[in-house]
Amino acid sequence: MGENPNFNQEGSMAVRKEANALSRIARDPVSRRKFIALGGGSAAAAFLVACGSDSSTATTTATTSGSTEHVIEEKFGKGDVGILNYALTLEYLETAFYADVVKSGLFKGSDLATIEKFGEEEAQHVEALTAAVKTAGAKPAPKPKTQFPLKNAKSVLELAGTVENLGAAAYLGQAANIKSPAVLAEALSIHSVEGRHAAALNTLLGQSITPDGAFAVPADAETVLKSVEPFIVG
Amino acid sequence: MRSDELAQPELADVHVDVDSGDFSRGEVILKGALAAGAVYGAASVAPFVSRALAMSDGGDVGILNFALTLEYLESTFYKEAKRRAGASGELKSLIALVGRDEDEHVGALTETIKKLGGKPVAEPKFDFPYKNTGEFLKLAQTFEDTGVSAYNGAAPQIKSKEVLGAAGSIVQVEARHAAAIRLQNKEEPSPEAFDPSLPKAQVLKAVEPFIQ
Repeated sequence: MGENPNFNQEGSMAVRKEANALSRIARDPVSRRKFIALGGGSAAAAFLVACGSDSSTATTTATTSGSTEHVIEEKFGKGDVGILNYALTLEYLETAFYADVVKSGLFKGSDLATIEKFGEEEAQHVEALTAAVKTAGAKPAPKPKTQFPLKNAKSVLELAGTVENLGAAAYLGQAANIKSPAVLAEALSIHSVEGRHAAALNTLLGQSITPDGAFAVPADAETVLKSVEPFIVG
Repeated sequence: MRSDELAQPELADVHVDVDSGDFSRGEVILKGALAAGAVYGAASVAPFVSRALAMSDGGDVGILNFALTLEYLESTFYKEAKRRAGASGELKSLIALVGRDEDEHVGALTETIKKLGGKPVAEPKFDFPYKNTGEFLKLAQTFEDTGVSAYNGAAPQIKSKEVLGAAGSIVQVEARHAAAIRLQNKEEPSPEAFDPSLPKAQVLKAVEPFIQ
């Protein structure tokens, strides 16, 4: 992964994003032409910098390269199918998590109702993504075996918040890499629902609904997969 | 006029098939505007048509200007709410936070349009017909949910990957606002597993009653 410009770990968010955008444009003749055609200057970099100006997250970077990340291609396949199977794996995780939480008996009343509702929506995402992979003529990623630490209501709610915020960031990280407008539209309709879940859980936790500020920060696949690794047992 | 009468019904009764490919984008907007005219009186249509058609040009710049109009609306809405909505405590803080985000969206979109060589649309004058906190919250929910659907509807047409990434980063924040406002209204933060997308003509028609 060392050669992937998205995994640069140095510098402030804004500076790193600008460096990424510019170095990518410098290397990629197609982007470069498009960039120049857009009116010269540093329009794209400026917008990305604006987007990152409030960020305090050091582990995420914008993935706007328009091509599938290496880690997705290796683990889930090429192009849109790879991205769909990556998303499917994350949705399987979320669905399994909420199912375990419901079974744990740690929640009652309106909190339980919220958890059940979110779990049901994640299950619908699993169905839709499975169908999308099949429509593309490919094989859906297998359901992973999962295990989550379910100690008490507070820690579980915190984990739910982490998972949903990460999920939203994961979708955002892939939006610009998706080639098919239909797949993009579907991913976006899921992305904003993950954002809603994240904000609702942050509200329950007494945390900011927009932890990244006015511009949500994307997460690259390597960061996301590393974060969920502890919950996958087979 | 009551906010809940204004906010949603007109979304339901326009039937413009924008995906058919039979119309140019300008014609689609024109049709939406004429439908709006039928509802609100022909006199209200002319400035809307010229604004909307102006926005339909220019690819990504057109989409960014469309987004900027919505962000102007939201930004002004929350600015006014600080003195008009009668909010206190948690809601007051939420209005301050959301308003600040919308201001930043206006700033970023304006800058980007200029950098792309386009001309940012002028800020319209708005009129928000609510009389109390409850009516304010209903209108806020409509604006935030409509904003999410507007970005989700427009994003697949964006050509530049950078602009698409930025639009995605804004729409997620709009979705977060929508969820928080819905919780204030004691409503489901995510009513459906898939957020609907709205074509531009329908979004413009939905917000037209609030533009003077």
